[in-house]
Amino acid sequence: MSASAIPAAPAIVTVSNVVKQFGRFAALRGVTAEFDAGRFHVILGDNGAGKTTLLRAIAGLARPTRGEISIAGKAPHDACRELGYMAHPSLLYDEMSAMENLRYFARLYGIRGRVDGGLAEDDLCREVIRAVGLDPELARPVGQYSQGMRQRISLARAILHDPQILLLDEPFSNVDVHSAREMVALLSSMRDQGRTIFVVTHQPSLLEGVADEFIWMEAGQIVDRTASCANRGTRGRE
Amino acid sequence: MSIARPVVRTGGLVAENKEAMNPSLSQTARKEGAPSFWSLTWSTLAKDIRLEWRSKDALNAMIFFSLLVVVIFSFSFDPNAEESRAIAGGLIWVAFLFASIVALNQTWARELRNQVLDAYRVSPAPPTSLFLAKALGNFILVTVLEAVMAPLFIAFYNLRALGPAWQLIPVAVLATWALVVNGTFFAAMSLRTRSREIMLPLLLFPISIPAVQSMVEATRIILMGDGSARFDIVLLLTYDVVFTTASLGLFETVLHAE
Repeated sequence: MSASAIPAAPAIVTVSNVVKQFGRFAALRGVTAEFDAGRFHVILGDNGAGKTTLLRAIAGLARPTRGEISIAGKAPHDACRELGYMAHPSLLYDEMSAMENLRYFARLYGIRGRVDGGLAEDDLCREVIRAVGLDPELARPVGQYSQGMRQRISLARAILHDPQILLLDEPFSNVDVHSAREMVALLSSMRDQGRTIFVVTHQPSLLEGVADEFIWMEAGQIVDRTASCANRGTRGRE
Repeated sequence: MSIARPVVRTGGLVAENKEAMNPSLSQTARKEGAPSFWSLTWSTLAKDIRLEWRSKDALNAMIFFSLLVVVIFSFSFDPNAEESRAIAGGLIWVAFLFASIVALNQTWARELRNQVLDAYRVSPAPPTSLFLAKALGNFILVTVLEAVMAPLFIAFYNLRALGPAWQLIPVAVLATWALVVNGTFFAAMSLRTRSREIMLPLLLFPISIPAVQSMVEATRIILMGDGSARFDIVLLLTYDVVFTTASLGLFETVLHAE
């Protein structure tokens, strides 16, 4: 495994010898890695390489069969306020509007009304919906949104509580190129504000020049870490 | 930190995209504290009631199922008033037990669509709050069903309580809670099984036998005027306390099981 070309920053996520088995199938096989804070990490690999399982393990949704994951020194579930998770499915109620969905999830995180000059819960939800490029006044249920709009609202749900670490599983799938570039710009700005971002994707070209690190997975293991997605082409054949 | 500028609406997507994708969200907006258990429970309950009100999936199915039971049994038997009183308790509660399966399955099926349950699992909200909200939601649904069906049972079977009719109220409340608390728990347990619609009754019915015996016997005693139903009411109360405590204690394990 090659060392990353990125200057050292404090590790915020530490994965130590993590094995995740589903019955006899090992989705992760002894993954060990440290991920720096305030960086944009892109996880790449073929289907079944273990990308989603690694992301779910970091999110605390898949408990490792062996090994440990630490988020700023805490177990994933203890650090849940610092984690924003966007899965491949939308994690939204199709029968409710974007505002209704976000209002409900805001309450799960204990986001209250106007305090010390902060925004009221509804104002915050509107602001986050606007931040992902949608209209908060849209009353249609999310089930009637296009796939791209659903992805955006899903991202809005993930960033609603202002997490320090964002875990995004294929956020650009079924999203048109223009919208995908806007999402990348939003994520890039969030990284510039100090957030740590993990993106699992099959479209690394969208993130070239934006991401700080490309992590390559094969058969449940991290096999390479590069600063550019082009580097892997030569390094992988070495 | 600024809020995004006013936008031009174009069917949901905002037109002024450069400003619209504004990452500078108000830091001051996120006033997070430990969410209160009861306010969280209320939020989830209100959300479930809203979803059920919009779809009416569970309620319609439950009412039609119970209606069928009432009508089919009233045509199958032609009991006199005395026999009706003797069997009505069993008929009523078995109809409600079977009908409640529909609501219990629907409760969690809604959380499986789009894997919304994962959004709850990664949040700091306590699992017990989710369980309680789901159980209360099912309690409300089954109570509405009972309120709709009770007059029909009375009319079709010519029922009249010979014992203290007021005792039917605690029997109904405790019996309904006994059905839904276990049902909600076992529906969550069978969530990740392949044939969960079959699995739920297989898990729920055997463990509900003591409660069903008590609710049927209590109803029979009250309708027949055959002494006091106090013993069965205490049994139901004990059953409810034991299984509510056990369900609350074990639900976190069930929620995070893979």
